[in-house]
Formats: sequence, structure tokens, C-alpha cells
Amino acid sequence: MTPKQIIGKISLWFAVLVIVSPAILFFLWMLSLSLKFEVDNAAYPPVFIPEHFAWKNYADVLASNRFVTYFFNSLIVTGSATALALMVGVPAGYGIARMAAHKSAIVILIARITPGLSYLIPLFLLFQWLGLLGTLVPQIIIHLVVTVPIVIWIMIGYFETTPLELEEAALIDGAGRWQVFRHVALPIAKPGIAVAFILAVIFSWNNFVFGIVLAGRETRTLPVAVYNMISFDQLSWGPLAAAALIVTLPVLLLTVFAQRQIVAGLTAGAVKGG
Amino acid sequence: MRPPSYWPFVVPALVVVLAIIIFPWVFTIWMSLNEWKVGSPTTFVGFSNYLRLTGDPRFIEAIGHTLVYTVLSVLLPLVFGTFAAVVFHQKFAGRGFLRGIFIMPMMATPVAIALVWTMMFHPQLGVLNYLLSLVGIPAQLWVFHPATVIPSLVLVETWQWTPLVMLIVLGGLAAIPTEPYESAQIDGASLWQVFRFITLPLIMPFLFIAGMIRMIDAVKSFDVIFAITQGGPGSASETINLYLYSVAFVYYDLGYGSAIAVVFFLLIVLLAAVMLYARQRMLWTEIASDA
Repeated sequence: MTPKQIIGKISLWFAVLVIVSPAILFFLWMLSLSLKFEVDNAAYPPVFIPEHFAWKNYADVLASNRFVTYFFNSLIVTGSATALALMVGVPAGYGIARMAAHKSAIVILIARITPGLSYLIPLFLLFQWLGLLGTLVPQIIIHLVVTVPIVIWIMIGYFETTPLELEEAALIDGAGRWQVFRHVALPIAKPGIAVAFILAVIFSWNNFVFGIVLAGRETRTLPVAVYNMISFDQLSWGPLAAAALIVTLPVLLLTVFAQRQIVAGLTAGAVKGG
Repeated sequence: MRPPSYWPFVVPALVVVLAIIIFPWVFTIWMSLNEWKVGSPTTFVGFSNYLRLTGDPRFIEAIGHTLVYTVLSVLLPLVFGTFAAVVFHQKFAGRGFLRGIFIMPMMATPVAIALVWTMMFHPQLGVLNYLLSLVGIPAQLWVFHPATVIPSLVLVETWQWTPLVMLIVLGGLAAIPTEPYESAQIDGASLWQVFRFITLPLIMPFLFIAGMIRMIDAVKSFDVIFAITQGGPGSASETINLYLYSVAFVYYDLGYGSAIAVVFFLLIVLLAAVMLYARQRMLWTEIASDA
């Protein structure tokens, strides 16, 4: 290597370090906060790696009954909203792509621009009239505002790239439209469905604004539960950070392991709900 | 053979979209024309909710906060994201893994990261003031002072969303042909010249898309601001979205809240139109200067 190449290499690595360190340092600090006793969290200068790890912080969070309830609430809301979105959104993406009905994407665009709170005002009243407040149903329904546009948008893009020849051949052989969709189009679209699934799960799991308005004491999802912990016990940072890390851990793991799908989905649609 | 109709595939989604997107919008517009408070009878009042907005100092102040917050939260991620994209476009060991780490801030649950940032902003015990003290900068009040609260929140927003700009620009860089770079190398152009006169013009369309998406997200940013400051101290970081929340779900003034929602939506559309217009103007001047 020439000296010039060595300098180039060093400066590249320096640039990489500068770029990724805010993310790395933040999550390491989050981990550090969650593993320290209050003495260490209140120390100045701050302690990065404590002498004794406070695993107790995690045990405390997981042992509380409510946290388990909230975890299942999140699981039910995100799971149902994603499953429903895939059921209606995948066929819709297929239909729109095959009809080349590009104008219908305007609705998705409106959904993308609208602040989440605007949906809440009328739907809050509707749920009140229907007597649904206090159950998880309102949250499942309103999370569709996040998940359905993501799924439709990604599936339109995906079905536009899948080959038509096979489908046409199947139609000529006398297969019905539904059969063609079910046995020809759908199997090819699996990678696209995976992308839509992952992004819908993440943005539904992360959603906060719908929960603070619609959730009661028993129907909170994890982000709302964590927010309520802030105001509740301001001073114990350890358990708070542990709770925050548990809430976001599934998403962080998905980000690392399904990075390729996430990047593909975000750069294709650049969708984000709420 | 008659081409098959694909409508049956779209109908279920159409029903859902009508119920959860179109109906709320129509109903919101109707509510905005009414005096509509939880617990008292509603009366049709025409445009008086909209007139009330024009004389509401808290709303006008919120527009100002929103614009400052949005402009900073578009520009800073664009600058850092472009730099990051140029770096990630190079080949180096562990690039895929490091890119995964890099995009973690935007995928992480916003409330969870807001909570950790709140601890980091703590004036006495926070790690940020400690880091500043290492380089000799006096301690700051961050989100606890009206003058620094919006820049501090923009710091969080920039940390969170620079990765999205990076991903979009990275997609643009991948599409650039290699010939211009080869001839630039022969001509002995510097790194900055290559970036300024070859890369930047070619990634402009991608920067524009990234800027547009960033604007739409920043203008309605809610989770992080709400979780860290609730719009405070006082109302120093109260954006339109936070004010909308207070009006609708703290004061339960749903008619007035609906009017804010409508105006807010129009404002976002207006900002998008201004950006499109500016982009169009830029293209025209480029063509004119080429001719």
C-alpha cells in the first residue's frame, strides 16, 4: 500500500467511527443505566461500567404483574393489526398493481401526511358511542391506520415487479383470478410480504399516540406503560432504563436480523405511520 | 377473452380505508364547523372555530415553534445523512453490520429512547453535561430552559432520523454511473470537488425526496417531544401537534381541535407545495444556465 492509500484507509475508518458512534454510545449508555444501582446512576462523574451489576432492575420490571399484562396487550394489538392489514392489504396491493390504478395511491399519500391525532378525534367519539373504550378493540382498529397503508404501499411496489407471464398462462389454462392470485402471485410475493410484515410490526409496536388517548389502566400497550412510569417514579433510573430497553429490544433485534428487508422496505416506500 | 376484473381484491381494503381514513376526515371537517365539547350539546357554528384560531396566541406561537423545529429537523439530518451515505457507499469490512447499528435509532421505540435522552439531558446527573465538561464547555440546561429546549429536541430528532436520509441517498449513490468519477480522477479533482460537482448534482432528486419525507415527519413529530417536555418548559416547545393534543384530549374541545387538525393538514400540504415549487424553480434555473 502506498502512503496515500494508508491515509485514505485511516480517514475512512475515522469517518465510519464518527458516524456510528452516536448510535453505539447511546445504546451502550442505555444498557449501562439499566444495569446500575441508584448509587451509581446518581454518581458524578458518571460511572460507565459499575462494580456491581443491578440485574435486579430487570427482575423487578419483569416480575410486576402489570408489565406482563402490558406486554400481552402490545402483542395482541400489534399482532391483530398486522394480521388484518396483511389480509386486506396484500390482495389490495395486487389488485391495484394489476389494474395500474396509480391514482388510488393518493389515499395512501393522504394517510401518510395526516397526523395520527387527527384520526383520534372522530374515532375516539365513535368508540365511545359503540361502548368499546376499555377493551383492546379500539386500539387494534386504529393501529390499522398505521399498518394498512404500509402493507398496501409495499405490496403495490412489489407486485409491479413480479412477472406477468406466469399469471397470464394460468388464466389461459382456465384458472380463476383468485386461483391465480393464491397459487401463482402469492408464492412469488413472499419476500415482499415479509418486508410489509416486518415494517408493519415495528411501526405498530412503537406507536404511542393512539395508546395515550385510547388506553385505560388495563389496556395500555408497552410504550404507554413506559411513559406512565416516567411521571410515576421520576428518580429510579435503573428500573426505568431496564423497562425502556425491554420494550424496544424486540425491535432492535428485528433491525439487526432483518436489516435487508427493513432497508428494502424503507427505501422503496419510505413509509412511516402515525 | 375479457380481461379479469381485479376489483374484488381491492374491496376489503377499500372498506377499511373508508372506515379509518376517509370517514375520520369527513367527520373531522364536519366537527370543525360545530361547537363540540365532551359532555355538552353540540351546535353548528360555521367557521367560527377557524376564526377563533386566527386570534389564538398559543396557536400562533405553536406555528412558530413547529416551523423552527421542522426547518432544523430537515436540514441537519440532510447534511449528516448525506455525509453518512457517502461513507457507507465505500467498501469496508463489517459494512452491513455497522449499517444495521446505524439505523437502530430510527427503528427503536421513540418513547423508550426519549426516556433515556431525558436522563441524559439532566442538568446535574446527565451524561451530556459531563461530556461537555470534558471539553471545557459549561453545563447547559438543555430541555429545561426555553432558549435551548427546541435545539435539544432537534438533537434527538436528528440522531433518530439521519439514518433514513442516509438510506435514501445511499440508494441514489448506487445508481450513479462510474464514468464521471473516472474522468474526474484523470483531471486530478479533489475529493470535495468531486462531491460538489459530480455527486451532489446527481443525488439532488434523492435529497429532495428525503427532505420531503423528513419535512412531513418532523412537522407532526409528537412522541419524543411529548415524552421529554410535554411542550414545556411553559409552552416553549409546544408545536401544533402538541397543542392539538391538549385542545382535543386535555380540554376535550373536540370542535376546536378538529379545526386545528384541518388547518394543520393544510399547512403540511402547503409546505410540501412550497418545496415542490422551489425544486421546480431550481430545475428551471439549471436548464436556463445550461442553455
